[in-house]
Amino acid sequence: MRPSLPSPSGVGPPLWLLLELTYRCPLHCVFCYNPTEFAATGAELDTADWLRVLTEARALGAVQLGLSGGEPLVRDDLEPIVAEAHRLGYYINLITSGVGMTEERISALKRAGLDHIQLSFQDSTREMNDFLSSTRTFERKAQAAALIRKYDYPMVLNVVLHRLNIDHVAEILAMAERLGAQYVELANTQYYGWAWLNRAQLLPSRAQLERAEAVTRHFRERAGSKMQVYFVVPDYFETRPKACMNGLGNIFLAISPDGTALPCHAARMLPQLEFPNVRSHDVRSIWYDSPAFNHFRGEAWMKEPCRSCPERQRDFGGCRCQAYLLTGDAANADPVCELSPHHHLVTAALAQAESASAAVGAPAAAPLIFRDHRISIAVEPRHNPAPGG
Amino acid sequence: MRLQWEAAQEAHVLLYPEGMVKLNGSAGAILARCDGVRTLADIIADLERSYETAGLTDEVTAFVVLALERHWLEMRE
Repeated sequence: MRPSLPSPSGVGPPLWLLLELTYRCPLHCVFCYNPTEFAATGAELDTADWLRVLTEARALGAVQLGLSGGEPLVRDDLEPIVAEAHRLGYYINLITSGVGMTEERISALKRAGLDHIQLSFQDSTREMNDFLSSTRTFERKAQAAALIRKYDYPMVLNVVLHRLNIDHVAEILAMAERLGAQYVELANTQYYGWAWLNRAQLLPSRAQLERAEAVTRHFRERAGSKMQVYFVVPDYFETRPKACMNGLGNIFLAISPDGTALPCHAARMLPQLEFPNVRSHDVRSIWYDSPAFNHFRGEAWMKEPCRSCPERQRDFGGCRCQAYLLTGDAANADPVCELSPHHHLVTAALAQAESASAAVGAPAAAPLIFRDHRISIAVEPRHNPAPGG
Repeated sequence: MRLQWEAAQEAHVLLYPEGMVKLNGSAGAILARCDGVRTLADIIADLERSYETAGLTDEVTAFVVLALERHWLEMRE
């Protein structure tokens, strides 16, 4: 590998590169974090563009590679992209629903040097999985899991949790055990994209969350170390924000299907920033020189209470997208923080979740909106007021 | 789990599903010698030769134990 040039201004390399190869997806998940306006984005990059991005980012020091989407298996050039990434020395993670995985493809991906596959499930039963993804895909995911085992990949499952499936954690863990999972990520929904539209239907109650955590603890005690379970707590229930992306522009670089470079896969929503495109700029100038990537580096952008907060170097003020979605200003403190003057917006959402889950059997306040190309054209990007009233 | 030298970080790194550990100089030097063929005694001897020192046994053994606990290494029968 070519040694990287010294970085200007003390900015480190983009160690984590995420290629969102396509927004096309056979699933219609209600919690998807893809932008609701994905149908309005430009044409997908072609193979040569992706290979160039891999080369340029690797020269800067990128080494952990995520291939995601949408559903990356929709791209028929996934195999040559993996082969080139492997040749360049990336550690390659494929993040997939499993739909479209065949023996022919997994065998070709293995030969090309794919290191790891993360397979998503929506729930533990065919009925709930298929309802939440608005597809008949449960059996195909189970088949993908069998192929992952057959080709000697570690079995890594990801299940996104929310009000409609969080009470099934015991069944989800039992399913993971049956599938021979080594790692299970129980990731509570983060409220961006389609999940933001559906927040009023998806945010669990505190009692649900505590039950799920207790079930997970109990499972860990029983199963020991043969299956590692990560439980990602929903940040709405915290009093301090997550150190989102370890600070925007510090280690993480995402490239969207149309070539837009983003410091976080959700950042496309941030209104005041013009994100550069890899079709017209090389990755080095995007990462080090572009105003969009420099905007939220350091602390100059911070407002109070972050600006003088002793914890600002630990959490970087939380998530810029969450600050924007909830308050309309991406430079505000993430309202998850109880020191934020907007924290009541989070507690109000939690209170609404409490009353919604108390009203068992009552009709939902608003229907779930499934991720869909036709709806994507119809929805306006929106921030506050919160969805669902 | 994969170990490789990263010029941009001037360090050996361990790569695994969605994770990465940047190793300090001694950890990198030890793990880079764990090839599944050499014994612990071979590795300690090689390190002592390479760094022109002696008495590394305790330090290297302690690190190898830690690496086993963290599943950075696995034991061959």
